[in-house]
Amino acid sequence: MSTARESVEALDDYKYGFVTEIATDTAPKGLDEATVAFISAKKGEPEWLLEWRLRAYRHWLTMREPTWARVHHPPIDYQDAYYYAAPKATEGPKSLDEVDPELLRTYEKLGIPLREQEVLAGVAVDAVFDSVSVATTFKDKLRDLGVIFCSISEAVQEHPELVRRYLGSVVPYSDNFFATLNSAVFTDGSFVYVPEGLRCPMELSTYFRINAAKTGQFERTLIIADKGSYVSYLEGCTAPMRDENQLHAAVVELIALDDAEIKYSTVQNWYPGDADGKGGIYNFVTKRGACRGRNSKISWTQVETGSAITWKYPSCILEGDGSVGEFYSVAVTNNLQQADTGTKMIHIGKGTRSTIISKGISAGRAQNTYRGLVRVVGQAAGARNYSQCDSLLLGDTCGAHTVPYIEVANRTAHVEHEATTSRISDDQLFYCRQRGLSPEDAVATIVNGFCREVLQKLPMEFAVEAQKLVGISLEGSVG
Amino acid sequence: MTGNAESTKGPMLEIHDLHVAVGGKPILNGIDLTVAPGEVHAIMGPNGSGKSTLAHVLAGREGYEVSRGEVRYLGRDILALAPEERAREGLFLGFQYPIEIPGVGAMTFLRAAVNAIRKHKGEAELDAMDFLARVREKARLLEIDDALLRRPLNVGFSGGEKKRNEILQMSLLEPRLAVLDETDSGLDVDALRIVARGVNALRGPDRAIVLITHYQSLLDYIEPDRVHVLAGGRIVKSGDRTLALEVEAEGYTALAGTAA
Repeated sequence: MSTARESVEALDDYKYGFVTEIATDTAPKGLDEATVAFISAKKGEPEWLLEWRLRAYRHWLTMREPTWARVHHPPIDYQDAYYYAAPKATEGPKSLDEVDPELLRTYEKLGIPLREQEVLAGVAVDAVFDSVSVATTFKDKLRDLGVIFCSISEAVQEHPELVRRYLGSVVPYSDNFFATLNSAVFTDGSFVYVPEGLRCPMELSTYFRINAAKTGQFERTLIIADKGSYVSYLEGCTAPMRDENQLHAAVVELIALDDAEIKYSTVQNWYPGDADGKGGIYNFVTKRGACRGRNSKISWTQVETGSAITWKYPSCILEGDGSVGEFYSVAVTNNLQQADTGTKMIHIGKGTRSTIISKGISAGRAQNTYRGLVRVVGQAAGARNYSQCDSLLLGDTCGAHTVPYIEVANRTAHVEHEATTSRISDDQLFYCRQRGLSPEDAVATIVNGFCREVLQKLPMEFAVEAQKLVGISLEGSVG
Repeated sequence: MTGNAESTKGPMLEIHDLHVAVGGKPILNGIDLTVAPGEVHAIMGPNGSGKSTLAHVLAGREGYEVSRGEVRYLGRDILALAPEERAREGLFLGFQYPIEIPGVGAMTFLRAAVNAIRKHKGEAELDAMDFLARVREKARLLEIDDALLRRPLNVGFSGGEKKRNEILQMSLLEPRLAVLDETDSGLDVDALRIVARGVNALRGPDRAIVLITHYQSLLDYIEPDRVHVLAGGRIVKSGDRTLALEVEAEGYTALAGTAA
């Protein structure tokens, strides 16, 4: 059901533009081996992990920022940033009562009352504030089921064998400039392990929030679904307003073993910068899932409305025979936002299948690019892919670009690609307005219709928020 | 009947000396029309006579230059109001060509519209169950089933389905003034009868209806109080129900020739 109309009420400016005042325990500015060691020491990490970080750091020094994406930004001074900032008193609260009340108020402003969520939604929340997890709920219940859901720092301490086995196994430390940087300096993130045969009965969710000034965010998320298991993971993000650009270079690795399924949903609502392109988050993220097992499935759903620049290609490596990869994406860009996003579907196993549905919406002077690779290797007999990339333009000063790469090395493969570009017509706007909808609601309604195929893939509690965000982020785009 | 008794004392719609051009080309050249609450007026005219332009100007569509005249709705000059403001005040336009909105369910759209107008009136939004009950009641009369309402708005609808859906929207939005722009075009006899039944159900002392049509056959089913013939951007003749029959018998050319 569309709630487009209520979506645009009373939200003229970026709603979450506030900063919580909390003292931080911060590493010195800049990046060198000492910074890496500081982070590792702060977290009490084992030697192997420090070594891994340092290998990543040394490799990073030999790399250059990628320039192939259709995005432009001034050079990033990696020495002019803080790589570690944690709220004080990180002893690890045992319950919400121990959490800094200031922090809890922040979440309330964000509309994430943890207590209510516990009771009402049945969602376990691993809330990341700055770089350290401060509140984890439902852990006990999940633990009884054998599900491990904790911060990755905790997993390093409690389940080192799992972390060591899988960390970097999908996105190696040498993968790309930003993933390599993340490998060197990641501070926290989430860890999930779902045991064999278990269908995780609740949606797992994490809210990220960038707060301390000039703190790069380097989240690291690792999700492992053992044989025959299922898990749905929700990631939602908002950030307070800042003038300086903030770099966010997360890495997410998913591993699905035989007959396992992982559904990973994201609603990304970081500060996009102001109407003149000042400020905003640089969201340079590496997300990749490996369908290691037979008949395994990984499904990415993303709604990207925020960030000044989005550089993100949630991908699936379909190794297991009969495995399935899906990518459902809505990317909204307004004003001077830039998005270069898409996916990679790498078909290795026999009879592997993938579906790509991408909806790009551009307004203002924004540039929105879909970039996707479908690769079928020689051994992937009977592989199938269907891709559909639709672009919607609002106004005549924005851009939409579709860049599909298709590489097929097996003649039994079927690969289909469809692409459309359209505009919201004056007729549609007038029709909606004649029925009483404001111009903003009319646009939100039409755009939500355009995105429906993707939005309906989201879990219910996210679908409503996502619809609202789509409307909110296009405000001011009709006039 | 619902409605504000005070506002129904004066005319529902008064158009005085309305001149409208599109891209500098004059389309309407001095329209005068007064419609009282409870009345049904038919405006007939040949293609290009300015019928749809009049409908669009009343609803506030952009792209029309009003060079002279005024339009008063419930005593208030509405030409400066945005389309959604007019709609919320109870002015409804039934489209000649209802617009497709892919991905937006007809029911979802209808609910958004109904709630937008309720909100403007200071009424509480209808919850999903109440809304559904109301829609089903109105839809039955128009022989519209739930399946149609779950489909994206007007996408792949037949001509008859589109027009019946327009009347369904009207019946839920409960406008004070409904302007129906060639609602009969493209309908077969059965569909015409269903649409007419829906329109007739909405006739009432607090509501006025302006039927814009090319053919008089619609008027066999919806009996108008007044009939006006529009030609060359002017109302060239007004009369009662019998004028429509005259048009049918003699054609527009003969009537336009007798214009004052």
